[in-house]
Amino acid sequence: MTDNLEQKVIAIIAEQAMLTPEDVSPEATLDALGVDSLGLVEAIFAIEETFDIQVPFNANEPGESSFDISTVQSIIIAVEKLVKEAR
Amino acid sequence: MTRRVVITGMGAVSSLGMSAPETMRAMAAGKDGISALEFQDVERLQIRIGGQIKGYDETEVFSRPELALYDRFTQFAVLAAREAVAQSGLDVSADPDRAGVVLGTSGGGLQTQNENFRKVYQEGKNRVHPFVVPRLMNNAATSHLSMIHGMTGPSYTVSTACASSNHAMGQAFQMIRSGLSDVMLTGGSEAMLCFGGIKAWEGLRVMSKTGCRPFSRDRDGMVQGEGAAVFVFETLERARARGAGILAEIAGFSMTSDASDIVMPNREGAERAIRGALKDAGMGPGEVGYINAHGTGTTANDRSECRALQAVFGTEIGHLPVSSTKSMHGHLIGATGAVELLACIMALREGVIAPTINYTGPDPECDLDIVANIARRGKVGATLSNAFAFGGLNAVIALRAAP
Repeated sequence: MTDNLEQKVIAIIAEQAMLTPEDVSPEATLDALGVDSLGLVEAIFAIEETFDIQVPFNANEPGESSFDISTVQSIIIAVEKLVKEAR
Repeated sequence: MTRRVVITGMGAVSSLGMSAPETMRAMAAGKDGISALEFQDVERLQIRIGGQIKGYDETEVFSRPELALYDRFTQFAVLAAREAVAQSGLDVSADPDRAGVVLGTSGGGLQTQNENFRKVYQEGKNRVHPFVVPRLMNNAATSHLSMIHGMTGPSYTVSTACASSNHAMGQAFQMIRSGLSDVMLTGGSEAMLCFGGIKAWEGLRVMSKTGCRPFSRDRDGMVQGEGAAVFVFETLERARARGAGILAEIAGFSMTSDASDIVMPNREGAERAIRGALKDAGMGPGEVGYINAHGTGTTANDRSECRALQAVFGTEIGHLPVSSTKSMHGHLIGATGAVELLACIMALREGVIAPTINYTGPDPECDLDIVANIARRGKVGATLSNAFAFGGLNAVIALRAAP
């Protein structure tokens, strides 16, 4: 389940970055992948739709949200936590 | 010294064709662009015909990130502008502040609203795509054109129902003439053919279930269309300096308000707008060789418009060709004046006057020379294009052949 979740999150970010999932490494930042603010908002929407969760994210202050978007890995961890809480 | 304003590029998409030349050829051939509407829940409508663009796959034309932001009305505007800019050979990079965009639309991103209202009200969803607002806003098409073509000067969207694009083009003309700008992308775009859009119009009971027959004795209402037309307007001086081909000259523009009724047209308001355009252009009634009528096919508009034309042109109106191309492409609401300007340009450049198709016989209340069913040949040096909106807002554009 966890691996599956990781793959799904990577696929969502890859789509926004217009890359193949293989080219999205866990350490990469969204900046480095070329995902801009609009792409980030779309990715969060896709994550919410895919996992049926509410992501605490405010586009006015992306860095201040409890949802850690600093790297692909941090997003995966944050999504795992939200999915657990939602159960 | 008054700056003269000319058209150096045109682009269009409509049910008559996916380019300006294709649309003009269809107008010349009297093609019927009205067909059975195809969209979700159409079976719940009384009105099931329209000038719908068929065989168009947005995913073949735009990328996924573009489509996330482009409502159908924006897509149409982008396609039409791309064609107009290519034809014009326009490059504003040397002086982008002197270039802007003014477009007309009535519904804006109505399909985006329609789809997302369906999701939250009907399907009970509690989450919508993050770009619903930038997709549906009425200025979305204008803003995307400014970004795509690098135009950083005055840009905005005009929304005056059925007169939107005539008002937009009139404003673009006045801005260039007055020195506020040197070059403008202008016209209109509309994509209202969806369940919510037609359901609302149905309520007014002015729509025809059978077809669009402007000025015809058996006319029974309007038929909607969709699409866009965008033009490059610039000063004559600029066009000549860069050796651009000139399609026509914008000679004059006038706008009036009936200040009388929110839906019923008013002869006097239309008459003042027509007279105003002639006066602004320094054009005598005898100079006009073709009038593209508003001609919606409703009982009230066509009768009122005829009386206004008779009042301005007197007995001469009997020899002056008038047509409504809405009979072919439907009423494109906020884009209609822009698509119809193509009929004026075709008359000026090619001497081909587009017909009013579906015409079955004269209505004594519409006693004009209605170019019936088949295009006519004739030398035309000047044209008028009428647009009269719900709310009594009128806008008339006068064109002359390229100088």
